Amino acid sequence: MSEAAAAAKPLPVVPFLKIPEAGDPYLEGQKCGVCGAIFLGERSTCSSCGARDKLEAFRLANQGTLHVYSIVHRSFPGIDVPYVSAIVDLEGGGTVKGNLINIEPDPEKIQMGMPVEVVYQDALGRKDREGNSYLSYFFQPRG
Amino acid sequence: MSDVYVLGIDMIKFGRFPEKTVPQLGATAALMALDDAGLKIQQMEAVCCGNLGQAGGMVGQRVLQEIGQTGVPVVNCANACATGATAFREAWMSIKAGVYDLVLAVGVEQMGRGLLGGAGGGSGIPKEGLLGSGTMPAVFAEAGMEHSRKYGTSFEQFAKVSVKNHHHSTMNSKAMYQIETPLETVMNAEMIAYPNTKLMCSVNVDGAAAAVLASESKARELGLGRAVKVKASVLTSDPWQERDLVMPDVNSCTRLAAKAAYEMAGLGADDVDLVELHDCFATAEILHYENLGLCGDGEAGKLIDEGQTALGGRVPVNVSGGLLSKGHPLGATGIANIYEVSTHLRGEAGERQVENARIGMTHVIGLGSACAIHLLEKVN
Repeated sequence: MSEAAAAAKPLPVVPFLKIPEAGDPYLEGQKCGVCGAIFLGERSTCSSCGARDKLEAFRLANQGTLHVYSIVHRSFPGIDVPYVSAIVDLEGGGTVKGNLINIEPDPEKIQMGMPVEVVYQDALGRKDREGNSYLSYFFQPRG
Repeated sequence: MSDVYVLGIDMIKFGRFPEKTVPQLGATAALMALDDAGLKIQQMEAVCCGNLGQAGGMVGQRVLQEIGQTGVPVVNCANACATGATAFREAWMSIKAGVYDLVLAVGVEQMGRGLLGGAGGGSGIPKEGLLGSGTMPAVFAEAGMEHSRKYGTSFEQFAKVSVKNHHHSTMNSKAMYQIETPLETVMNAEMIAYPNTKLMCSVNVDGAAAAVLASESKARELGLGRAVKVKASVLTSDPWQERDLVMPDVNSCTRLAAKAAYEMAGLGADDVDLVELHDCFATAEILHYENLGLCGDGEAGKLIDEGQTALGGRVPVNVSGGLLSKGHPLGATGIANIYEVSTHLRGEAGERQVENARIGMTHVIGLGSACAIHLLEKVN
């Protein structure tokens, strides 16, 4: 690892994870000012209604509910299993996919519709070729 | 516009053929389809070829380099798992447009082993297992869980799909496997992505299938004997859905295609005698019962419980063994399921024949997404 990489702040795992200079990290959505469709990541045209240059960035909520999930027991080589792949609907709009953590990977324990929250942690120790660390988002049960 | 007929159609037995090349596999199926039609490559006015793995590799032309370079136009198509059906539809459209009277459609694929899915590429670090899963078993598990959430569909009901399709394939010598898999075996197989066990995932195989399509005038001239009429050919892409950025939607594009296909054919779901649908995973088949209108929303679990989609049931689904047991060579799948339905309409399906089959439906989904549906009708 270069000294620069070691000293640097972690990078966001995806472009829609924002790490402000001051304050907490958050996920950013884009909302169409014409039809209200919500997207992750920057774009100029709405793929729901076709409106151009009407998308505005907004802060996605850290609270939501588990829409659906799968418990992954076999993955690509080198990926630790099992893990829970979760689709989460955030309060106020926006749907995000991520790992559901701090819950047993057991269908008896996971309830679709359960309240979850977004938490921000290091990306499981994964680093890029330059040795940079990454900040990722995860979901965990809430309340 | 002319009606379009299938005059010849065939597929190779699906399996693993590492000693063959993709063009060789495609050529074998092409010759089989030409023989089935009693025609020669010199009579084909165009060729449409579907292949995904070598999409930049001019596979259609290389098929002709194996069986006859006649100088006709060749189009190569790639459309994920709808690739073969897209090639068939390109042939259908060119005849509908009145440009050609006889066109050869070929679908071929040579598959590696192991999981399919997006490894989460791009810059930075791998995203698999960090931001959920992009593996196909998990993507289709999540799609199935949406049905569970809405209607209480159980792991056992999903597993029954696999029991049924594996049973069907015991009667199909062209399927990869001819093995019975009882419910306990399916449910206790290695869990890949809950609720899909290994036996609830389609098989990666090599395969090829081909069809000769003809205009009505040409079909009449050559004789309609064993011809099958194409009553509808529809292709859709995924309309915008609120979750589709993170959860590929296989439902909307299928519903859109089914509605258009029934309208085009002047038929309803009740008219359909058998269906070959895209059971890439057991969970998917349950969704498509409702998407294709084979039952009402929320009734798919009941349909599989009551055996209505088994051979001998009200509307047999995937009597070939489906992708789960016949195998799923991506580019060949769409034409192979048209072969299966045609074989029943011709009354040539032997032990697994759906009695008095007059109308059949084929359905494929290419994730990303593309949905192709064909409705086929017995002629004589």
